Amino acid sequence: MSEVRTLDVSTLPPGAFGSRTLTFWGTLGIVIIEGTVFALAIGAYFYLVTRFPAWPPHGLAAPDLRWGTLNTLVLLASLIPNELTRRAGEHVDLHRVRIWMVVCLAFAVAFNVVRVYEFAHLNVMWDHDAYGSIVWLLLGLHTTHIITDFLDSSVLTTLMFMGPVEEHRFVDVEENAVYWYFVVLAWLPIYGVIYWAPRVL
Amino acid sequence: MMRRHDPSIGGDLERLEETWADPNGWYGWFMHVDHKSIGRRYLLTAFGFFLLGGVLAALMRVQLSRPDNTFLGPDLYNEIFSTHGTTMMFLFAVPVMQGLGIYFVPLMVGARSIAFPRLVAFSYWMLLFGGIFLYVSFLLNAGPDVGWFSYPPLAESLYTPSKRADVWAQLITFTEVGSLAVAVSLITTALKLRAPGMTLNRIPIFVWAQVVTSFMVLFAMPAVMLASTSLILDRLVGTHFFDVEHAGDALLWQHLFWFFGHPEVYIIFIPGTGLVSTIVATFSQRRMFGYLPVVLSLVSTAFMGFGLWVHHMFATGLPQLGESFFTAASIIIAIPTGTQIFCWIATMWSGRIVVRTPMLWILGFFAIFIAGGLTGVMLAAVPLNTQVHDTFFVVAHFHYVLIGGAVFPLFAAFYYWFPKITGRLLSERLGTWVFGLLFAGFNLTFFPMHILGLHGMPRRVYTYPAAMGWGSLNLLASIGAALMACAIVMFLVDAIRAYVAGAAAAHNPWNAGTLEWATSSPPPNSNFPSPPTVAGREPLWENPPGQAVVVGLRADARDVLVTHVLDAEPDHRLLFPEPSIWPFLTGIATTVLFIWSIFTPWGVVYGAVPVFVMLVGWFWPKSAHEGGTQLWPFAHRMLPRPNETPAAGGAI
Repeated sequence: MSEVRTLDVSTLPPGAFGSRTLTFWGTLGIVIIEGTVFALAIGAYFYLVTRFPAWPPHGLAAPDLRWGTLNTLVLLASLIPNELTRRAGEHVDLHRVRIWMVVCLAFAVAFNVVRVYEFAHLNVMWDHDAYGSIVWLLLGLHTTHIITDFLDSSVLTTLMFMGPVEEHRFVDVEENAVYWYFVVLAWLPIYGVIYWAPRVL
Repeated sequence: MMRRHDPSIGGDLERLEETWADPNGWYGWFMHVDHKSIGRRYLLTAFGFFLLGGVLAALMRVQLSRPDNTFLGPDLYNEIFSTHGTTMMFLFAVPVMQGLGIYFVPLMVGARSIAFPRLVAFSYWMLLFGGIFLYVSFLLNAGPDVGWFSYPPLAESLYTPSKRADVWAQLITFTEVGSLAVAVSLITTALKLRAPGMTLNRIPIFVWAQVVTSFMVLFAMPAVMLASTSLILDRLVGTHFFDVEHAGDALLWQHLFWFFGHPEVYIIFIPGTGLVSTIVATFSQRRMFGYLPVVLSLVSTAFMGFGLWVHHMFATGLPQLGESFFTAASIIIAIPTGTQIFCWIATMWSGRIVVRTPMLWILGFFAIFIAGGLTGVMLAAVPLNTQVHDTFFVVAHFHYVLIGGAVFPLFAAFYYWFPKITGRLLSERLGTWVFGLLFAGFNLTFFPMHILGLHGMPRRVYTYPAAMGWGSLNLLASIGAALMACAIVMFLVDAIRAYVAGAAAAHNPWNAGTLEWATSSPPPNSNFPSPPTVAGREPLWENPPGQAVVVGLRADARDVLVTHVLDAEPDHRLLFPEPSIWPFLTGIATTVLFIWSIFTPWGVVYGAVPVFVMLVGWFWPKSAHEGGTQLWPFAHRMLPRPNETPAAGGAI
């Protein structure tokens, strides 16, 4: 019989918040993947710029600033309820989680609707030339993110109202908010490229 | 805290095993989430695709064995070499290395499970369905025929009006979704589920290799997904990314493809070097010489691997200054690889070498890989590169690098870990024969290709006239391929024999030092009835007697210990998910979406609905207490605030 020492972990809590969780690292992985996709698509945009004598080509008008800028403001404003949701999650405060998640969803509906107007005012179709293709691709890529973010937040919100609400569900609320940050912040360079590159270049 | 060792440590052993068991029966088979089960499936499936890709290679060698052969026509030959390359890269090399990671990373870090087990299960279905999709298409005469790189303009609908290029592009989507999911899971496992005491500088080198590779996957695979999606858009909805007539650019494809394609080589090779480090240490019976330089070499190789892609494009007429940069980078990357080779030599030099079958394959790796590396340095030079571009010299080079750098270490790993996975040993005698035949056959097949390439024989051409004088070397190569086929058949026979009736293996037959050998062979459902803690890089060699084990995890639920990223101090416990049918159903729905999208863009829109439904089913709670936390309403929180750090009882 040899002596074996023990490390008793039964007193450790059944979960945690923030960068201590597995979910955080999983989310970070997804952010790296999608951030790389965005970065490469922006790279492709500037690569194609060199193929044209003028940008935007053939006397096309640049995308209308109005809707894109409006949506940028809506997206940025959504960070406020998003941060409040994140904090309510950390405080395991179901009442405030419910309130702020619903506010977030309202913002998500708003920026998805405005996005439709953005597409309508790009002033080029995807099959016009490579410029049209890359602009639609950039906007399309980001749009899949705001649709997805709307859908998964809806499911989570439904769960927070219907129950059963287990305490660990608040970690999901927090991580969902972290991902929301990414979706909004990733928009800023894309907005700059789609709306300002044709004006500056 | 000291206490007498008694059976009550991990006392509810039966209960624990029941908790971690995957369900039985044919329906249960689709619900597996155990990383060992999924890992085995990965290895078997990838090996199955290796055999299919090998059959295609054999068909090509039959066709090329003599001049003016009519065994295969040009169209079928195109399909065969494209499907061969696509299979070997996407359905064999990457998945087989990830399969080893899925099986062994949790065991080597002392964890009871891989992180995100259902995601890993889903990734397997992506691999399987993607592979079946490719081969069904191939049998329907719709296999890819534009190379494994699918260059436009050839791959554009003007020149490939059939669905063949779309099949290629969607196969990419299948396999990349799978690889990305596995990469995220492996990174999280290695960072958050390590045994207490396994600080960053005690992580086994194989695990480091898997982490580095996984990060490369995260940064590289998006490039090919973006490229293949753009290609499908060009073909399906009339975008013009690669269409020169509408100011698109075919070279954009090459940039995006090789931004993925060159790192891909290292995604295959770095796990191979991790295997070499593991096996060299075990069979030299000493810890790896130069742990830090080896790990830093892996990391720097990964960074540099992203700065080389243009050397695949030297023949496209890019500016010379740019080409010089990529030449320099391509030569510099030999330095970290050289560092590793010197560390391996030093380990063997200062250890007591035991030559058993796994070590034979490693010695073979040295010979072949170094030869391939040397032609790599040659190809980095623009003048030589331009001269031999698209010739068999390049075919010889990358088969030396990939078969030498990945397949030989992989066979070493099969022999090394077969007893761990099955509890039985492969035959040493047959293994020596398999190694000898494959080594001889490999060199006989691929060495002559260097000469053929220098004589100007182009790649991807289905036949050649007798007057070129290439017949005898090609015949030699084909004979070599036959030897390789014999070796593989012998290996299969031995593997099946050993699985059914092989000699029983001891729990640690090679006297290795890493944690996967700290449990029985094959490991129990829970991996470690008493999860280990570690006090050194090679715990089985270096842990002092009486090293602490982890107690206090629940036996009636899938309770897992989560530790801190840097120092692996215990942080919290987490209940892991139960077996589930939803990853399989989501896999089916995703498959429908991917295949549908080849025919109409609406396939993406309508196909997304079932995918969404399946995902909701996946995430919806199945029981009120599945997370092991309290149910609302509650008076006091159980989960700590972000800045609270609870402590475990006792110390390691």
